[in-house]
Amino acid sequence: MKVEVCFSALEPWAEIRSYQERRKDLDGKFGATACFIGTMRDFNDGDGVSRMTLEHYPGMTQRHLEKIAAHATERFPVLDVLLIHRVGELSPNDPIVVVAVWSAHRGAAFDACRAIMEELKSTAPFWKKEILETGARWVAKNTPG
Amino acid sequence: MSIRVRFFASLREQMGYSEKSIAFEGLATVSDVLERLDKARILDAQVLYAVNMEYANSDTPVKDGDEVAFFPPVTGGGP
Repeated sequence: MKVEVCFSALEPWAEIRSYQERRKDLDGKFGATACFIGTMRDFNDGDGVSRMTLEHYPGMTQRHLEKIAAHATERFPVLDVLLIHRVGELSPNDPIVVVAVWSAHRGAAFDACRAIMEELKSTAPFWKKEILETGARWVAKNTPG
Repeated sequence: MSIRVRFFASLREQMGYSEKSIAFEGLATVSDVLERLDKARILDAQVLYAVNMEYANSDTPVKDGDEVAFFPPVTGGGP
């Protein structure tokens, strides 16, 4: 399992590739890899968004992400989980989060990937502040899945 | 003897500071900590609590050296 808070540009595909290469012991064991990548949009709630600051709670955020990943491995028969989340200053098109799940069959990989994202969005300590043309605002609620 | 209080995101901006220490005397739960702070301002919006980096509620006990955090509902993740 790899769980990280990322302070500079996140490269989701490179992260997935390099982590899978490290898990040579899983070669031949997994038949499914499900990935989710969350990317910053240039609009929200009908407004153009030019930049965003992602704030977190150092310590608690890392610990909480680890709990979410562990929870998924308890609920679903998965082989491994990768979970990395950006913090700091972001621009549209910057990746925010990557989740990858490896399992023997597709059902568990899809389900665990989705479950991790839903739990993350509703419980992980991150806060988004958007910069609009008209000023800055804190995002008050999550977008529906 | 004291506890460390921390605020995040919009709540940090509302309070005007990110953290402070408050005297421990007479504090038993998160609600007692709230009483010592600018409660009206904190409860203005929906607020979540954490004690020592674990989610908590207003009845959660606090003790010397604890870290008590207050923050708005979380909004992480991707679209």
